Amino acid sequence: MTKILIENGRIIDPANALDAVGSLCIADGQILQVLNPPADFTPDLTINAKGRIVCPGFVDLSARLREPGHGHKGSIKSETQAALSAGVTSLCLPPDTKPCIDSPAVVEYIKDKAEAADYPGVYSIGALTQRLDGTELSSMFALKQAGCIAVSNAHAPLGNLLILRRAMEYAGTHGLLLMYRANEASLSGKGCAHEGAMASRYGLPGIPVAAESIALAQALELAQLTGCRMHVSQISCKQSVIKIQQAKKYGLKVSADVAVHQLHLSETDVLPFDSHYHVLPPFRSEEDSHYLREGLANGTIDAICSDHQPHDLDAKLGAFPETEPGIASLETLLPLALELTRLHRIDLHKVLASLTEKPAAILGLQAGALTPGFSADVCIFDPELAWQVDGQSWRSAGRNTPYWQQTLIGRVTHTLQGGRLLYKFRNR
Amino acid sequence: MHRHIQLTEQGKLKHFLSTEGLNKSLLTEILDTAESFVGISEHQVKKVPLLRGKTIVNLFFENSTRTRTTFELAATRLSADVLNMNIATSATSKGESLLDTIRNLEAMHVDMFVVRHALSGAAHFIAQHTAPHISVINAGDGQHAHPTQAMLDMFTIRQHKKQFEGLKVAIVGDILHSRVARSQILALNTLGVAEVRVIAPKTLLPAHVRSMGVIPLHDMDEGLSDVDVVIMLRLQKERMNSAFLPSESEFFKCYGLTEAKLQRAKPDAIVMHPGPINRGVEIASSVADGPQSVILQQVSNGIAVRMAVMTMTLGHHGGMA
Repeated sequence: MTKILIENGRIIDPANALDAVGSLCIADGQILQVLNPPADFTPDLTINAKGRIVCPGFVDLSARLREPGHGHKGSIKSETQAALSAGVTSLCLPPDTKPCIDSPAVVEYIKDKAEAADYPGVYSIGALTQRLDGTELSSMFALKQAGCIAVSNAHAPLGNLLILRRAMEYAGTHGLLLMYRANEASLSGKGCAHEGAMASRYGLPGIPVAAESIALAQALELAQLTGCRMHVSQISCKQSVIKIQQAKKYGLKVSADVAVHQLHLSETDVLPFDSHYHVLPPFRSEEDSHYLREGLANGTIDAICSDHQPHDLDAKLGAFPETEPGIASLETLLPLALELTRLHRIDLHKVLASLTEKPAAILGLQAGALTPGFSADVCIFDPELAWQVDGQSWRSAGRNTPYWQQTLIGRVTHTLQGGRLLYKFRNR
Repeated sequence: MHRHIQLTEQGKLKHFLSTEGLNKSLLTEILDTAESFVGISEHQVKKVPLLRGKTIVNLFFENSTRTRTTFELAATRLSADVLNMNIATSATSKGESLLDTIRNLEAMHVDMFVVRHALSGAAHFIAQHTAPHISVINAGDGQHAHPTQAMLDMFTIRQHKKQFEGLKVAIVGDILHSRVARSQILALNTLGVAEVRVIAPKTLLPAHVRSMGVIPLHDMDEGLSDVDVVIMLRLQKERMNSAFLPSESEFFKCYGLTEAKLQRAKPDAIVMHPGPINRGVEIASSVADGPQSVILQQVSNGIAVRMAVMTMTLGHHGGMA
């Protein structure tokens, strides 16, 4: 087996409270040794990481690969390539594929495709209800046996609170993590933008903050009642941060993530009717994005995810309300996360922990750390390298990002998965 | 972005999509140009050759006989050729995208699209994606904007009040769903009125309406007190079914404009309505047909204002030379 030596890099491994310049030895696909290479270690490949940061490969709690069912938007092949170029070595695939992930057959299909794409880090999230229709519980035990790492109803609403209660109880029965997107559909309606000054001005149907915070409050109460392990996905507002903070304070087993772009953009950044800013939950007020950053800094929010949603061109061509929501965001994950350290003075270790150790812990995954014996999933990045978001380096089939043509700082240069060097950045 | 898309590099009007981002002198130029067209409708021969040889397409994805007719008349009086396309959603439901519809019409070498669409932002989208020589006029998009209606209202106000400075204007009714109100508010503030009030129940006001530079009020007596202009909005019947309002009669009791309520306004206040009127729902017949009503003048002015915007966007600045 290949032995790899990564030398001279600044190794940051939040899980092991490590930040030091030195070497990382990889053998047999696993982390062999950190900092002090064994005297007899003879690498087949040496990577000089001078001036770069070496950290665990990122663990993404939500990335849509568009397969099965939406092959015109992307494929497991194209999107896992994008993931590798973004330093992401483990990712969770939400169940709203077509057909949705409500049967072991679909889980198997995805596994086969991921294997064919040579990317072992795809983790399917099972559907919470059959067909995601919000009324009948899915066969969660079978889904777990097939390999689902959690269950969720994605963006689809649940019929009523009783179904959510039963789903929590049943997921808990089988020790499955429930990932929950808080949205009260009767309040969000056909909204496509934050119910704020911009939506008022441009006459766009608004989604009030309360659509999220009310659903979250209800779910927290039920998690309390059922003892269910709940993870709240992609929160967007101050009220949600406060509610999760309180729940944690009172000892509830709850965790939360935020989509990376929500930490930067707010309604005032949205160019009028530019569909690349059409995303759900919508970009909220500046105060909300400030609270999200605070929540990340103080540990209320555990993880940053990409919430990657690649689209074909047509999906974004049309009047704003009729375009499809979502941003292709895998490849901007690292630079936007690093921006938090520069612009908002959030500690680099915290930021990296929210991309590695913490999401891995939420999933109960042996990943997100450079612990000897762990699979050698490693990301090497240059924190100062400026690069332009354009067709040159972009791997995702979806180019739907508000950052297209912009210059971002921070670039993954190498990604190793299971001890194999699967991505290397070639500077033009 | 919003600002630039409507203007040429020289700062002239290229598209007319919204009253937002257009400065006072440009809005005034529209009004002055319209002024020069008012007389034409009274001539024996109601035509000028300003847009002879130009093809204007009325592209209506949403039905509207009245608005389409005034655009058609305006275009005809400018000697343009007019093509009416009532797409109403049928073409798009056949699987043709908005963009395909536009590309097909572009291929027929047209010069202008007059667009009405049920979704906010549709006219912007078309302006962004159409060929560079084509101008787009927004004839109403979703709840966003209806700028020609707003400008004909400004024209009517100026006719009666001579200037905008110092005026107090009240807009009454369903502000939330009204593209007309949004365009009016922006234009009134740019033109420098003293105060814009919006009067409605909370269910029919946008959540952050104050940020548009208006004073939201819920009481007619307070709201109409001392105003120079009262603009009534049309109330769509379907609002009753979706729990915005309990009933038409309750709405009329609270917000319907009656002679008694109009007493609160200045004695020379004018009453406006973009039409079509729901008599007995938002306005009493005695007021709609009364001496302070300028509703029919609005309709006549609509043609002149649309002629002005058409000539300005197609490059014939200054109206009748």
